[in-house]
Amino acid sequence: MFNYDQYLRITKFPLIWCPGCGDGIVLKSLVRAIDKLGIEKDSVCMVSGIGCASRLTGYVDFNTLHTTHGRAMTFATGVKMAKPDLHVIVITGDGDATAIGGNHYIHAARRNIDLTVILFNNHIYGMTGGQVSPTTPKGMLASTAPYGSMDHTFNISGLAQAAGASFVARASVHNGVQLENYIAKAIQNKGFSLVEAMSPCPTAYGRRNRLGAGVDMIEELKRDAVPYSKAKKMTPEELEGKVVTGIFINEEHPECRSEYQKIIDRFQKEK
Amino acid sequence: MTLKVKEKKDVEIEISEAWCKGCVICVDYCPHDVLIMERGKAKVANLAACTACMLCELHCPDFAIVVRDKSKE
Repeated sequence: MFNYDQYLRITKFPLIWCPGCGDGIVLKSLVRAIDKLGIEKDSVCMVSGIGCASRLTGYVDFNTLHTTHGRAMTFATGVKMAKPDLHVIVITGDGDATAIGGNHYIHAARRNIDLTVILFNNHIYGMTGGQVSPTTPKGMLASTAPYGSMDHTFNISGLAQAAGASFVARASVHNGVQLENYIAKAIQNKGFSLVEAMSPCPTAYGRRNRLGAGVDMIEELKRDAVPYSKAKKMTPEELEGKVVTGIFINEEHPECRSEYQKIIDRFQKEK
Repeated sequence: MTLKVKEKKDVEIEISEAWCKGCVICVDYCPHDVLIMERGKAKVANLAACTACMLCELHCPDFAIVVRDKSKE
């Protein structure tokens, strides 16, 4: 057994998430990762935006900040600039980070600021009513796409990688241990770290698209998961509909807050 | 070749009825059919078969299952 209680606000339980939602599995993995690294509770600041995933900050007993839709990354940047010693963890969803806050997301990655972003990708805006999100696969139904989504999807991990993030990984809730390991590595990395957690939404996405209950969707994630090492040898046609999991990039390069500190030090020396 | 069967362990499984939402994930994950669903909630049906692999505890999204492996305590 693992004692989660010391990291949680037990009085807020049971969780608001629907039966079969995978967000609770990500929460568990996150708590275990923080425990594994032996980080003190007071030195963690969790920032979230709006959405199902972002409700997570209400359940954890760290410094928490529940902000406006899509702006979690901006608040987190402010926290990190003012308090560089804090481990700033951003909790966000696919719609929150890549649509409403798409600009903030790519620029946080470009700056390579020391944030750990846990991005829950469930292919839909769950809480706000099942609207189509930038990751809703082509042809899938949503409340704002009654004839099926007609657009191509964002590759969230690829986007962060291209923008300049120093750690990018994707895991799915069917493997809680892998998720825990990636989150631990992301927290340890100095720079912009993204962990894309694939999670099922049985209510807003699964029901409308007849994908079954949450447990069926987790089984599907398990079937579709392809390790990155194997995916490299596969053709784009073979990878159609698959979920590539693994660490895509893990290399340190100059980090925003440290570069800023260098400027502060330079001017203080000149004074 | 003989398959090595994991040893049965002295375990205790605690399920919080108030927190369980009946998503069936634990029943699906359990490799030894220890858990079943009863009236929309998870229930321990065959404790003797449990090998304390912790898959149910790891993947219960609602923190409703606690598996205590007494041999480790």
